Amino acid sequence: MTDCLQAAPPAGTEPRRPSRSLTGEALAQLGRSPLVWVALVILVILVAMAVAPGLFTNVDPQRCMLLNSRKPPAYGSWFGFDIQGCDVFARTVHGARASLSVALLATLGSSLIGGILGLVAGLKGGVVDAVISRVTDVVLGLPTLLGAIVILATLGSSGSGVLRLALVLSLLGWATEARLMRASVLQTRNADYVDAARAAGASSLRIALRHVLPNSVAPLLVLATLSLGGYVGTEATLSYLGLGLQPPVISWGTAISDAQPYLATAPHMLLFPSLVLTVTVLALVMLGEAVRRAFDPRSR
Amino acid sequence: MTGYILRRLLQFIPVFLGTTFVVFFLAWGMPGDPLAGKCGDRECPDAFVAAATEEFKLDRPLIVRYGYYLADLGRGDLGRSFTGRDVSEQLVAAFPATVRLALLAVLIEVLLGITIGVFAALRPGKTFDTATMMVGLGIIAFPSFVIANLAQLVFGVRLGWFPVTVSDPTSFAELLLPAIVLALAHQVTLSRLTRSAVIETMQSDYIRTARAKGLGEARIVVVHALRNSLIPAVTYVGKDIGGLLAGAVVVEGVFNISGVGGLIVQSIRSHDGITIVGAVTVVVVAYLFINLLVDLSYAVLDPRIRYD
Repeated sequence: MTDCLQAAPPAGTEPRRPSRSLTGEALAQLGRSPLVWVALVILVILVAMAVAPGLFTNVDPQRCMLLNSRKPPAYGSWFGFDIQGCDVFARTVHGARASLSVALLATLGSSLIGGILGLVAGLKGGVVDAVISRVTDVVLGLPTLLGAIVILATLGSSGSGVLRLALVLSLLGWATEARLMRASVLQTRNADYVDAARAAGASSLRIALRHVLPNSVAPLLVLATLSLGGYVGTEATLSYLGLGLQPPVISWGTAISDAQPYLATAPHMLLFPSLVLTVTVLALVMLGEAVRRAFDPRSR
Repeated sequence: MTGYILRRLLQFIPVFLGTTFVVFFLAWGMPGDPLAGKCGDRECPDAFVAAATEEFKLDRPLIVRYGYYLADLGRGDLGRSFTGRDVSEQLVAAFPATVRLALLAVLIEVLLGITIGVFAALRPGKTFDTATMMVGLGIIAFPSFVIANLAQLVFGVRLGWFPVTVSDPTSFAELLLPAIVLALAHQVTLSRLTRSAVIETMQSDYIRTARAKGLGEARIVVVHALRNSLIPAVTYVGKDIGGLLAGAVVVEGVFNISGVGGLIVQSIRSHDGITIVGAVTVVVVAYLFINLLVDLSYAVLDPRIRYD
């Protein structure tokens, strides 16, 4: 364990401390929690599913027999068949790649844009805050559907469908993150330790990254872990409205959207993709919560 | 404080202009001919095309048309849609249902979200916290159209507890089920945000001081901890009210509520630029007011935040 701790990248530009660093202590605390390991195992399985779906099923998700349409789960086909007679388990496994890529990229994109803009707005105040905050208001007010139609039309068919969708979701989704981050920074920026750092001659960048950010990032982290699941849902909703990923791309969102009309007669088509999605978000929230607690010096 | 509010109100002017500008270009920049499909299955007669081009000045550059739009707006005229209805009339027809639905949904969301968040934060990692998190994540994992259809099927059709669709004009009672559907998904994020903020606040020195003074636990949580922990929650709720005013497209569609969401989607589908700009502009103005109130509430909730 100590070896991994030494290998952990030293945070920022600070020289490595001789004794156990804050980061090291946080990682050690993470390692002791069984929940963290459960979450990690689930995430590793999901990533493996996304990278090499062939490891989990040898059923071709594109080879569908209409004869099997809407057949409930049975031996050999654990999750049953969907409306086209495709194996739901195979499609769930193969859908991990597109769904996780869209959700991860969109979460990363919107958190980065929103986090940076929120941090700058909260710290700088004045004109910078006014400009960033009012742009945020406008973006919040834009209807997702209108934004998605125009951005998708502007992008044309450049890049993959997954990338385009992730870009649309990031460009339309960062505003909430920015508002949340700004609120949190406003609460932190007048703290005594920030004044102390300033008095000690720390640069504004250093104050922002080493003092304000770690103490104000918690709400953003909570939102990010949850929005990951939300983005898969948004992907499904966009498919439902005719704008999301299109066949032959397989994703959990399109599976959920396709299964919705048969809710009453063939619930298994909807249940299994949603169940896998729940487990994914659960693992991420558990991990996010543990990371937040481990890196929060006040919870020691 | 007054100076700050005045400055914020002054900022409304450039934002209003910027929004109408952006939305105007987005709405008219959508791919496809806005006149296509306006005459049913037939091709539009030349006379109609000429008249529509003349009325909406479709042959002029966008920036000129934007100038005309602003001039009309200055006279209080939001313009007319392709079908000849006044945009203001359409907005007046659509907003009441959406505002009612939004108020009801936010009320339920706040009651559920804050209560669950506080109780989960008092014993983090224990049964209540874990159970509400699991249920919440289950809810998040289903997109809104699935939950809306499921709720309509179970509580509307099968059990008959709620009306399946709403009448027009609609009442609060009819909107209860759609509001619960909307609130369910949003309260999850709200309760998680509240929970994490309360946990953080409960570790601060002034809570220890309050405890040392011998205050009751309920007073410590509600008066001392919750107030300072509400900032992320208030921010999120502000964004939610605005989002709901923009119309809950899916839920409105499922329960047949003729609100703003449906109006915007309908006008996007039919390339009705004038209506899109009008509706979205009203929504953005609502956002500006709500977020001003949210920002002002920061100073009330947390005395460490000051506006000069």
